[in-house]
Amino acid sequence: MATVELRFSAQPEHVRTARLVAAAVARRAGVDEAVLDEVRLAVGEACSRAVGLHRSNHVTSPIRVMLTEEEKTFSIEVGDEVPGAGVAAADAAGVPGSRESAPAEEFDDAEGEDEMGLAVITGLVDDVEVSAGEAGGVIRMTWPTNPAAVLP
Amino acid sequence: MDLSLSTRNVSGPGGDRTVVEVGGEIDVYTAPKLREQLVELVNDGSYHLVVDMEGVDFLDSTGLGVLVGGLKRVRAHEGSLRLVCNQERILKIFRITGLTKVFPIHTTVDEAVAATD
Repeated sequence: MATVELRFSAQPEHVRTARLVAAAVARRAGVDEAVLDEVRLAVGEACSRAVGLHRSNHVTSPIRVMLTEEEKTFSIEVGDEVPGAGVAAADAAGVPGSRESAPAEEFDDAEGEDEMGLAVITGLVDDVEVSAGEAGGVIRMTWPTNPAAVLP
Repeated sequence: MDLSLSTRNVSGPGGDRTVVEVGGEIDVYTAPKLREQLVELVNDGSYHLVVDMEGVDFLDSTGLGVLVGGLKRVRAHEGSLRLVCNQERILKIFRITGLTKVFPIHTTVDEAVAATD
């Protein structure tokens, strides 16, 4: 069971809400203050990507964000409901170095945005898993926590 | 916090420059406003842009995409797009995506306006 679960309709204006909630829960879970900016950015990228996938595939179901506090870690799962969409993502995420060899000028506007979002996630977060299934894709990101720092 | 945009024209040693001061958050929701602004400037003949990001609190890949799109548009007119940014958390995003090699990044607006290379 997630510590906090968030579902929002696939609209760009809700991505900011997801960032704020994720950062607040991460802070409470004891994620280092210096890393919260990365958490905020990574969850925003994952949610933007999911919103884009839902909209371009005319999927009307909401985006799921699961924020889970474990003993020594805090993890965020962002799930979309676009079947197979994660396959290309998993390939892209599996080769984080591929981004550097590609000319950055090609990442214009909408084209390549998905890939740039994944490049930001893999560049920021050490522990990332991208999975794809018939029900959709999931990006799972995990950060260590410092239990001593947990707020009262 | 929403996105704020303001533009002003400044003369530099290399000619007129348009400074676009951006404030707030550039994300999937607000980036289209920045894109519209850059497209409008280029359509109106402003090909040398300085984007001042000192007031930006948040930038994601959608925002990066818009800046790259702006760069492509000004380059099509032999123009330039320079960034002003000193914030480590924003600079980090340019570094991890390799875009520090693509954009000239300056520490002050004056320096960006004065640059002619």
